[in-house]
Amino acid sequence: MSRRNRQLSHITIPELSLVLLIGPSGAGKSTFARNFFKPTEIISSDVCRGLISDDENNQAVSADAFEVARFIAAKRLKLGLLTVIDATNVQPEARKEWVKLAREYHVLPVAIVLNMAEHVCKERNSFRGDRNFGNHVIPQQISQLRRGIRHLREEGFRHVFEFHSPEQVSQLETIARTPLYNNKKEEHGPFDIIGDVHGCYDELCALLDTLGYQVDKDNYTLISAPAITNGEGHTQFRKPVLVGDLVDRGPKSPQVLRLVMNMVNNGQALCVPGNHDAKLLRYLIGKNVQLRYGLEQTVAQLADETPEFLEAVKLFLDGLVSHYVLDDGKLVVAHAGLKENMQGRGSGAVREFCLYGETTGETDEFGLPVRYNWALEYKGKAMVVYGHTPVPQAKFLNNIIDIDTGCVFGATLTALRYPERVLVAVPALEQYAVPARPIGYNADSALSIEQQYDNVLDIDDFTGKKILETRYSHSITIREENSIAALEAMSRFAVNPRWLIYLPPTMSPAETSREEGMLEHPAEGLQYYRDAGISKVICEEKHMGSRAVVIVCRDEATAVKRFGVTGEGNGIVYTRTGRSFFNDKQTEQDFIARINTALINTGFYDTFETDWVCLDAELMPWSAKAQALLQQQYAAVGAAAAHSLPVVVEALLQAVTQGVPAQALLEKYSRRQEQTSSYVKAYRQYCWPVESLDDYKLAPFHIMATEGKTYFHRDHTWHMSAIGDICAGNEQLLVATPFIEAEIGNEASEQAAVRWWESLTAAGGEGMVIKPAAFIARDAKGLIQPAVKIRGKEYLRIIYGPEYDAPENLTRLRSRKLSGKRSLALREFALGLEGLDRFVNNAPLQLVHQCVFGILALESEPVDPRL
Amino acid sequence: MLLTITTKRYPATDLGYLLHKHPAKVQTVELTAGSAHIFYPEATDHSCTAALLLDIDPVRLVRGNGKGNDFTLEQYVNDRPYVASSFMSAAIAQAYATAMNGRCKDKPHLVEEAIPFEINLSVLPVKGGEPLLRQFFEPLGYEVTVQSHLLDEQYPEWGQSRYFNMTLRHTLPLKTILRQLYILVPVCDNDKHYFVGGHEIEKLMEKGEGWLDTHPARELITRRYLRHIAPLAKQALELIMKDEALPEEEKPAKDKVKLHDLRLLTVRDILQELNVATVADMGCGEGKLLRLLMEKPQFKKILGMDVSYHALEIAMDKLKPDRLPEMQRNRIQLIHGSLTYRDKRLSGFDAGVLVEVIEHLDEPRLSALEKVVFEYARPLHVIITTVNAEYNALYEKLSAGAFRHGDHRFEWTRAQFETWGNRVAAQFGYTVSFRPLGETDETLGGPSQLALFKRSL
Repeated sequence: MSRRNRQLSHITIPELSLVLLIGPSGAGKSTFARNFFKPTEIISSDVCRGLISDDENNQAVSADAFEVARFIAAKRLKLGLLTVIDATNVQPEARKEWVKLAREYHVLPVAIVLNMAEHVCKERNSFRGDRNFGNHVIPQQISQLRRGIRHLREEGFRHVFEFHSPEQVSQLETIARTPLYNNKKEEHGPFDIIGDVHGCYDELCALLDTLGYQVDKDNYTLISAPAITNGEGHTQFRKPVLVGDLVDRGPKSPQVLRLVMNMVNNGQALCVPGNHDAKLLRYLIGKNVQLRYGLEQTVAQLADETPEFLEAVKLFLDGLVSHYVLDDGKLVVAHAGLKENMQGRGSGAVREFCLYGETTGETDEFGLPVRYNWALEYKGKAMVVYGHTPVPQAKFLNNIIDIDTGCVFGATLTALRYPERVLVAVPALEQYAVPARPIGYNADSALSIEQQYDNVLDIDDFTGKKILETRYSHSITIREENSIAALEAMSRFAVNPRWLIYLPPTMSPAETSREEGMLEHPAEGLQYYRDAGISKVICEEKHMGSRAVVIVCRDEATAVKRFGVTGEGNGIVYTRTGRSFFNDKQTEQDFIARINTALINTGFYDTFETDWVCLDAELMPWSAKAQALLQQQYAAVGAAAAHSLPVVVEALLQAVTQGVPAQALLEKYSRRQEQTSSYVKAYRQYCWPVESLDDYKLAPFHIMATEGKTYFHRDHTWHMSAIGDICAGNEQLLVATPFIEAEIGNEASEQAAVRWWESLTAAGGEGMVIKPAAFIARDAKGLIQPAVKIRGKEYLRIIYGPEYDAPENLTRLRSRKLSGKRSLALREFALGLEGLDRFVNNAPLQLVHQCVFGILALESEPVDPRL
Repeated sequence: MLLTITTKRYPATDLGYLLHKHPAKVQTVELTAGSAHIFYPEATDHSCTAALLLDIDPVRLVRGNGKGNDFTLEQYVNDRPYVASSFMSAAIAQAYATAMNGRCKDKPHLVEEAIPFEINLSVLPVKGGEPLLRQFFEPLGYEVTVQSHLLDEQYPEWGQSRYFNMTLRHTLPLKTILRQLYILVPVCDNDKHYFVGGHEIEKLMEKGEGWLDTHPARELITRRYLRHIAPLAKQALELIMKDEALPEEEKPAKDKVKLHDLRLLTVRDILQELNVATVADMGCGEGKLLRLLMEKPQFKKILGMDVSYHALEIAMDKLKPDRLPEMQRNRIQLIHGSLTYRDKRLSGFDAGVLVEVIEHLDEPRLSALEKVVFEYARPLHVIITTVNAEYNALYEKLSAGAFRHGDHRFEWTRAQFETWGNRVAAQFGYTVSFRPLGETDETLGGPSQLALFKRSL
């Protein structure tokens, strides 16, 4: 781009750039900025002066104002936003700072110079009463500008535009912004990302063939690509994406180049450059490079090629873009990978990283540079696929995968299918080269790479205020004070975070009943779902136990392989706050073993094509976990009442007999006596002695997840039926939850549900839970309650106190508020499902743990515990 | 919830004059969480019984915005409506104020007269059971009859409840009985429904006049009445005992404190010998070690971390970093964190210290702690102390296999600790040495043990 562009009506700048307006005071920079950029994109030095000193022209605070401007600019660039610096910028030192900042954030600096004549500037300033600097200032700025202007390119500006008069400026109509070459967010795939080929042409063709492409091997062309039809009926063709290092070491580098060049030039494939490709380019353009590390073979193979072909190779390699950001930013492909802060950016440093990765500066015993494992710290949202370093097996770590499986060293050539996350590999036909360092050196462990590294979670990912994105709901905010509570609970009491893939949500009761003597009644639960437009619900018996999450693996090897848990058995039972259910490890493992046997005997693992399952369940009896509470709280209150009220009633009776007007008191205390004996009856329902495992019952009600799958798209009837099948495997331990379905709006069906609840609670039952037929149900506003509980009149005595149903008490208790509890239930529900989806999709542990941690944090929000 | 006072002294209905309550009426007084009724089940010249009946409103108990009132916040199923607790004291003060203050308009001679009374309480909660109850009442000359109750007669294996129906017999002026009940009922219960403040001492002095200072259990009564608020209790004891020397704190507590202080001082000595300038106390609790370290200018940078936010608040309160001069303030930093999460704030220290921390973690979670400390924080020196399980044999009160602290997840022998320490040292490139802490027993070692790790790579 010429510096002396006379007629400029349209100019083009990169969409992510740091634009410096350069010109003396009065040159019209602010006006220019206003005309061509959004107000928020402009950082004006005058405004910054004003912000900190109340005076836009206060030159005494220039240094501080610059700091403010730099700070704001840095934050914007970090977010990838174009930023315009409206300051004179006439001195090279001032510009140098900005160029440094642009490099730091890997964005391109752009210079727009308003090189106006002195009289223009003076005239403009004279209109402004507030600008009364000395006469020497503008000429001095102009001379500084003109001295430096020739060196702008050397200073690092790749794009320079210069205007010499207000007329020229007025001819400018638009400033267009072009996406960076690496931005291919509009390409959604599906892709087949292929690892380092290194001249292995036969293997490349075989891999493409396995992937379903048709290749004309002799003419180096792609004949057809496999197509998939998406849910909306659009047919899309798959596209190979090569991670680079096409050449060197292998037998057929020119052939690989021909095929890849044909595919890329025809738009059938994408390719990013590898360090070997870059080195070949340097050789081809005549740079002095050493013919080592396999380049010597490529050079020999190219010896017979025509100059035209060599020219085409040069052009092709020169045109390769360092990396691609694909599929709305969800996928990044770069040869050596790319850190989050460099993705979608353009700078020399980005290109270097893409080609060579990051090294620690040390060398290992094989004399090779020790690579800095940036993947360990990666927290970006985009999946990063790369090659460069041969590994024995391609495995995800923090959503990053190295797919160079060392084909040229005699191993395999691997492709990653995206978005499927499926790996496809073909074996090398022979070993063409010997690696300098054994592949997979130091990588031998029963645990996967991911599991080895995410053993220890980083506190930064969990504490402080966090906003979690969930696929089933809005994003969910975890407040700092709640994460403080969760950190302590998690660290002191929770089970190994690798087991902790899910926590169940809290459950709200139905709206308060107005019926006489009632606080809760099914009518309100049915009404809730009617209002939400639900036509079918399922009513499940509310068990008199404790909520428990049960994870069972077919064997301990599965626990190691899938959960990364070693030496902790092949399953776990934990409470809704993540604490181990059984204090004794042996009891826990015996319990798990019984369920495992039931799963094996009923063919569950085969039917569900899995080696493990996560169940949401109720574990009975409640007294197993709450014995202390029963004795010290419930029984104690019962004992106190049982030995004081009779004495009181007797005394009152005596007084009444004597003619003292205590009749009303006598009635009141007699009623209290009845209420407290009902209360004793209610808590006694929960007292099963627990002496051995035989005394436990487990009632699973949701199959949450198995390998690669969650079951949130299945309705509750399916869950009940699938669980019924499992229960048949051990009827002594496993209980199928009794349930009935009800049609909302069908009077008879609704009445049947009410009657069922009445009979359950009359028999001393806790009540029932009403759920919409679908696991995830929504109305116009979003998710609705996945379940509401309707507790029995007698059970509520042990929640609200023995005398809660006295009319004067009930009136006041009815004013309870449910909205807090309901909002909590929805947030926890969405987070719980999110965590499981992440887990089955092999997300890094920290992402799963964030959801579980979030639920625990939400649980520390103050909510009336009686709800 | 019921207090009856019976007398058979002829004419028994004089009780009505004494209490300033008419025997034929039911009267009601208001209390903070309900009311109390006064009525007479019997009122003849030969026998007269006055009943004071609590009518605690269970809903108000919960709803009555009991901020700082822990039981009302925690427990919705509550024994308070059915027992004689501090609410009963409040009711006595409200309903029988005249009698307790020793006034009787119509028959003033009754006030000072020792009269035979029978007192019934239904039910009285006693923390400490019947022996304690007798210890409180018998020295005052009462004939005590108690009836104890099972928690639930259907489950006798659950044992006794802490509730008693109690009958007291004595010949005393009524005002003395009321004052003694006023103090002793909540003392038995060992709980109070209102905040204990400075004016409680005045009440105690006033109601206890003439009997408390000679009561053999006066210390316990005072401490319980003021609900273990140590400074208040001490102040009150000083007032009661006047010239007598104050007794020492209970022995076992003292021993424990000694051992812990010894650990901390040993750790500080080691850190001084190692000549380290920056120390991270990973599990600083309430900041005792931090305070010891602050005393020595050698330590330029001191970081305290704990997983308990509450403990940190106490540490903050004790250290008061914001009141220190700037130079001192900059030496110390307190952070909330956990040893099972890697934390870059822990990096770059000369020494890391874990005093009695590891045993609070479930054993399987130690692998995370090891990585956090030895791989990520990676200080030059690491000091870890933990209890020595072998030494437990010397603690008489500890049954075999029991742990010293309710939150201990494991307690190791010396061999176990050394095996672990050696493995960790080898795995993470440290050397390690071990030593006992505290008064050493020849065969069982010290009550605590210490491992000193030094980075070798």
